[in-house]
This record gives sequence, C-alpha cells and structure tokens, in this order.
Amino acid sequence: MADIVLDKVSKSFPDGTVAVQDVDLEIADGEFVILVGPSGCGKSTTLNMIAGLEDISSGELRIGGQRVNDKAPRDRDIAMVFQSYALYPNMTVRENMAFPLRLAKLDKETINAKVDEAAKVLELVPLLDRKPANLSGGQRQRVAMGRAIVRQPKAFLMDEPLSNLDAKLRVQMRTVVSRLQKQLGTTTVYVTHDQTEAMTLGDRVVIMRGGAIQQVGPPQELYDHPRNLFVAGFIGSPSMNFLHAAVQDGSLHTALGEVPLGDRVRRELEAADAPRELILGVRPEHFEDAELVDEDTRRRGLEFEAPVEIVESMGSDKYVYFTVEGERASAAELEELAADAGAGDFAGTGGNLVTRLSAESPVAEGQSRRVWFNLEKIHLFDPTNGRNLTLHEGRSAGALAD
Amino acid sequence: MAVETTTRAKVRWGLLDVLVVVFALVPVLWIASLSFKTPATLTDGNFIPREWTLDNYRTIFDTDQFVRALINSIGIALIATLIAVVLGAMAAYAISRLDFPGKGLLVGVSLLIAMFPQVSLVSPLFEIERQLKIFDTWPGLILPYITFALPLAIYTLSAFFKQIPWDLEKAAKMDGATQAQAFRRVIAPLAAPGLFTTAILVFIFCWNDFLFAISLTSTERSRTVPAALSFFTGASQFEDPTGAICAAAVVITVPIILFVLFFQRRIVSGLTSGAVKG
Repeated sequence: MADIVLDKVSKSFPDGTVAVQDVDLEIADGEFVILVGPSGCGKSTTLNMIAGLEDISSGELRIGGQRVNDKAPRDRDIAMVFQSYALYPNMTVRENMAFPLRLAKLDKETINAKVDEAAKVLELVPLLDRKPANLSGGQRQRVAMGRAIVRQPKAFLMDEPLSNLDAKLRVQMRTVVSRLQKQLGTTTVYVTHDQTEAMTLGDRVVIMRGGAIQQVGPPQELYDHPRNLFVAGFIGSPSMNFLHAAVQDGSLHTALGEVPLGDRVRRELEAADAPRELILGVRPEHFEDAELVDEDTRRRGLEFEAPVEIVESMGSDKYVYFTVEGERASAAELEELAADAGAGDFAGTGGNLVTRLSAESPVAEGQSRRVWFNLEKIHLFDPTNGRNLTLHEGRSAGALAD
Repeated sequence: MAVETTTRAKVRWGLLDVLVVVFALVPVLWIASLSFKTPATLTDGNFIPREWTLDNYRTIFDTDQFVRALINSIGIALIATLIAVVLGAMAAYAISRLDFPGKGLLVGVSLLIAMFPQVSLVSPLFEIERQLKIFDTWPGLILPYITFALPLAIYTLSAFFKQIPWDLEKAAKMDGATQAQAFRRVIAPLAAPGLFTTAILVFIFCWNDFLFAISLTSTERSRTVPAALSFFTGASQFEDPTGAICAAAVVITVPIILFVLFFQRRIVSGLTSGAVKG
C-alpha cells in the first residue's frame, strides 16, 4: 500500500512528439483513480510510466514517498492488468497466478495458499488446472486480475481491463473490480476510454486530452462543474448539447431563444477581450416537457418550441430528439470529441437536440412540442479556449447567477 | 452441385499431389533399390531387386572410412546447428523486439550473406583456414556452416518471435522478472516450435553440404559423409562401388528422417493461443 505522486511528469519521444506533458497528480493511499480520455490522450503512456514500462523524460514519480524514476518494473512492487490479459499460454491458471510468487522465491506452501486464496476471491477454483486457451474471455480476465492481486502489491495498474469483454459482462465485471478494490484497499490506477466506466468506478477521475490533464475530481463534480468544453462534452451519456450563442446587449441570442444573463456572467463579458460568441451547453436531463413543469420551476428556466424528430422511450424516461434551426456550435474540442466518437465525418448529428423528458410526457414524433430548460444548470463556454464562463470558484451556477 | 465440384477438385488436386510425390521420390526409391542389389544384377534395370542382399550395407560399415565420416557429419552438423540456433535466437529476438541503430544494416548484411554465391568464397576460405591452421578440422567446417546458416536462422526465428505478443513480456516484467528471466521462462517456451523448425532447417543444410566439405577437408579426420561418398571405392579397389555408394546414401538420409520425426512432435501449432484475446 502506498501513495503515488506524479510531479511534473512528461514523456517525449525521440522524434519530438510529446505524449504526456507536465502531469501533476497525487494519488492517495488506497484511492481508486481513473485516467480517462480519447485515444492518443496520453493516459496509457502515463500508466506505463508509473509501471516502469516506459521511461520518464522529465519530472519525478514517487511511490510510497520514494523516487522510482530509474527503478525497473520489478523493483516497484506494483501489479498490472493488461487489456489483452497477457496470460502465459504455456502455463495453467495456477501456474499463471503463481508466477509472480515463484519469481519472488516464496516457498511452495505459501505460494499454494496464496493462489488458492486469490482463486477463491475471484471464483477461479474449478479452473486452476486449465490452460488459458480453454477459458472464456471473462475467465481469462479474472485470471489476469488474480495474477495481479495474488502478490499483494503496493498498487494496481489496470490498462482498459474490461474493453475486450462484451457489453453485459463488462457491466458485471465492473462491479467485481469495484468490490475487489474496496475489499483489498489497494491504491489503483485505472485507464479507460469509456466515460461510463470512469463515472461508475473511480473515487476520482482524471480527464486527459493531448497529453495534459484537463480536470481532476470526483465523478459527480466533473459532471456538474466541468472546467472546460472538453470535459463537459466528454462526460455524460448522451452527451451535453452544444449550441451557438451570440452576445447581444446583455443577453444571449441562441436557437432556443433569448437567454437572459445574470450579473456575474455579464461582468465577465464586459471585459475588453471577452468573446462575442459563446457556446451554450445544456445536459439532456435539464430539459422538460413544458406541460409538466410547475409555475415555480418555470420561472427559473426558458421555454421554446421545436419539432420532434425521434422519441426513444426508455421506460423510466424518454429521450426526445428535436430539430433546431441556427448555426452549429464549433470549436476544436467539439471536433475532437466527435472524431473520437467516430462521428467526425458524420454531419447528420448537427442541429439536433437531445433531451431527456419525463415518461409521462405525451410527446409524439412528427409534432411540435413546447420544451422548458433550466437556466440554472446551463453552461457557457468560450469557443476560443474552451473555458467554462459560468464556473465560479469551481462551482457552476448557470447563466442567471448574480 | 457444390459438393460435386469440391469432390472433383479434391480428386484433381489429389492426382496432382501424387504426381509430384512420385516425381520426387522415384530417384530416392531407385537408390534404395540399387542398394539392395547384388553386383551382378545391378544393371538389370528392375525396379524391384530380383536378388535381395545386405552385402552393400555390410561393406560400408566394414570400412573405417564411412563410419568415421558418419561420426564427423553428426558431430559437425549438431554443433553447428546448436551454435547457429542460439546465436540466431538472440539476433532474431533483438531484431523483432528492439529498435536499435544499425538494425536495418544487420538485416541487410545477413540477407547479403544468404545471397552470396558460396562457390566464390571457397578459395579465400581455403587460404584463410590454412593460415589459421583450422583446415581439415571440425571447427574449419563448423565456422562456415554457422555463417551460412545464421541468415536462415535469423529470418525464421524473427518471424516466430514477432508472433509472440509483446504484452507477455511486459506482464512478466511487471510480475517481477528480469529481462533474462522473461526471455527464458515466458518467451523461449513459446518460441520453441520456431526454435525446432529452425534447428531442422539448419541441420539439413549442414548435413547435406558438399561444397565446403569437399574443399575444406583433406583427410578422414574431418571429412563428412557427402564428401566421403565421392571417395568411395568399395571393399577392394577393383570392385564396382555403385552398390556401396547407394547403401551409404540411404544410410545418411536416416539421421535426417529421425531428426525431423523427433522434432516434428515438438512443433505444436497454436501454442500461443489463449495468451491474448483474439
């Protein structure tokens, strides 16, 4: 058990590309931290540097208070679970799990006891004498975990351990990982590109983009108070709606109507270098069918009418897609997020608004519907640098705050 | 309809295969047949000998010449194979895993050696070996064999090493293995089929070589079987050695067949399956 500290850690390759830049991160003892971001954001490189599989170009890495920059992986006493599982195919499950213990030169009885114990925790006992080739994907994944926990290392590193499993098993294994981590209380660094995994698993989430940390915090905080456009767009499913907004005489002109501004945002916009155009961000659940909103709540938001395109009934609520007119919001961050989602060259998503309405809403496809949205929950972003203008001292208070 | 077509295709391919096998095997069978014939019936043109005899085999094992050459052949080929495979494994591992300066050059040079006509090297090698006093010795043959077997070994082995997932080695390192331990306990067992395949190829190359064997030896001290065969005279100088030569030719194919059969069992395909997903 130990804490892990990254102090201005950078990684650059001989050809000049910088994979990770000045990452500062303190991971407390026993904490479960998730590194998340689109592919190529440097999260795996960061993990490999902690593991010792990649050299650190500059900065300092400390595990348990000790500088380990120049230590070989075997001297760092950390275990890693690979995306590919990387089981030794020539060994049985038992031998696979015993391998780190045999290298540590423990005696046979201790090894057997430890392997049996780990196998019991992961329900691998009946599989101990099988070879990896005769295991299913989920079983292989558990063996890979078993090999990591059997040694009781200072920390676990997990590199997208669930991404090779099918969707149902992934959800199931997610709870296994979570329970195991709580049970063992071992510091864990977990890399994923799946924001759902990041939201559900970690004590804290680190969002990375282009080799730099965007924001660090508990999942809910990242969701409610994103520091910038990238974090806001990355976290949440379905993701936040982004609309183009023009600043005009102390209010915002958007496709959803005139959005009034509170004093605080107005002050921000009075600065000489303030942007004249903004990006308005609204999460799907902050919309509601105008009919279902009571008078008191109605005053805190704004109403608009738009044609309904698609209704997806989820039972508990309805996802309703509206077509809205107006300019599309554009920013480098949004393009990057779209490219990562695989929709970079798919223009069909433009102009659409995703909303999550109550199941009681009588909304139907093809008709026009009045919809209300909460002005206290909206975010305003500067398209040039992605900064969240509604964020004040780390809290987001919507457009109306004074 | 589709089934019929495949059956017909199968028959066609089967016939073609038989043709190729017959074409390749007839000379071998002819030699085997000659080795069992008596000197009198040697030229009677029958494929199956009318009179069977083992005299030819008795003759070759009676002469010290052949037995000595057989020992030379086995010794030289085994030692050369062992060294070439060990060196080749190390080089191939580096080529498939590491990015080091001069990697392209190394691969290029080894390819160059493989392409170089061996005949043109015989005279210089002869001179060099005489100067170094290793002419007509075991090392005098082992060294050139290693040289020419290495490119073959490096190419075959690096193809095998490239198939082994990189992650396995990383996993071994994370589990507390040193580089050497990771190679010995994880990578080498998985590369075993490749090592055995390479060993067979290199052994056959060394075993069958005639050019170096005839040029770089002068006495029974180090002459290998292919070279010794050409010096064969039979039991007495006046006897026709054809039968004996054929018997010797049959005898020297036996170790190769044994060698291949022995190692073939180790070449289990799909040894790496289950290491990583898909």
